[in-house]
Amino acid sequence: MAILTTHPHPHPLPRSTTNWFAWAAPQRFYPLAGRMVVVFALLAAALAAIGLYIGLVVAPTDAQQGDAYRIIFVHVPAAWMSMVIYVAMAFWAGIGLAFNARLAAMFARALAPTGALMTFLALWTGALWGKPTWGAWWVWDARLTSELILLFLYIGFLSLHAAIDDVRRADRAAAVLALVGVVNVPIIYFSVKWWNTLHQGASVSFSKAPTMATPMLTGMLLMALALWMYCIAVTLVRVRTLMLEREGHTAWARQALEAR
Amino acid sequence: MNWNGAADFLAMGGYGLYVWGAFGMVALVIGLEVAQLALRRRMLRARDAGGIGTDALHGG
Repeated sequence: MAILTTHPHPHPLPRSTTNWFAWAAPQRFYPLAGRMVVVFALLAAALAAIGLYIGLVVAPTDAQQGDAYRIIFVHVPAAWMSMVIYVAMAFWAGIGLAFNARLAAMFARALAPTGALMTFLALWTGALWGKPTWGAWWVWDARLTSELILLFLYIGFLSLHAAIDDVRRADRAAAVLALVGVVNVPIIYFSVKWWNTLHQGASVSFSKAPTMATPMLTGMLLMALALWMYCIAVTLVRVRTLMLEREGHTAWARQALEAR
Repeated sequence: MNWNGAADFLAMGGYGLYVWGAFGMVALVIGLEVAQLALRRRMLRARDAGGIGTDALHGG
């Protein structure tokens, strides 16, 4: 110990080699996010191309459901993303609320429209799958109803945010709604176990081996990854737009707009 | 190979309307979301180029 205190390091390290908080400043994050958009968009396109090929060309026709089952390649990814995005939105909203963090609140706001769209797609593709397999576009069972409530939560978040003029106050009010609504996510996930339902159980779960043929499973997972990458890319684009809209009066935002 | 030509592929074993209705809506929603964001960005740039508030910074 004595050696350390009497002989300071001859080449002191720069004070912040990795100061992660520095990236939370909008003017630092903006260009980084721009580069990330390109990476995630390319990943999404490549994964979707392979996933669609496997799902629509390679995967065999299902013995029970015929080719109607192929809706799974968009339905399950959209449904997963509708829940993943909600949890991410509530997380960032909570961080924004607890630490008064501007960027976190902007992320929550940027995630909401994409989350709402994924929820709509889960419901739409589900209806088109339900009609040929159950004989009904819609049934008021636990899985479908809780997913519909998720759509209303997203719409509520966006409406509440839009109704309050002061953007920082809007962030806080909407964050409370997002955090309260997060209880709905486990309800959606476990609804097929907790209640009697028409909806089939999970084809993939953490506790047991998947109940699907390999190309079907591979196609579905690739499509889920592709949609995940798309959601990240589109959220980053939206968060960059929000940054410019909210901070348009600052010098960095002005430069960013003029740059390209 | 599952399909005997394009018509067979599009028919989806009789479920074409459902399958393509699902995939088509996903493509439509993604297309609209991307287009809306591009439009919003273009409007933002147009506002910056000739709009209100620039005088204060550039004109003094």
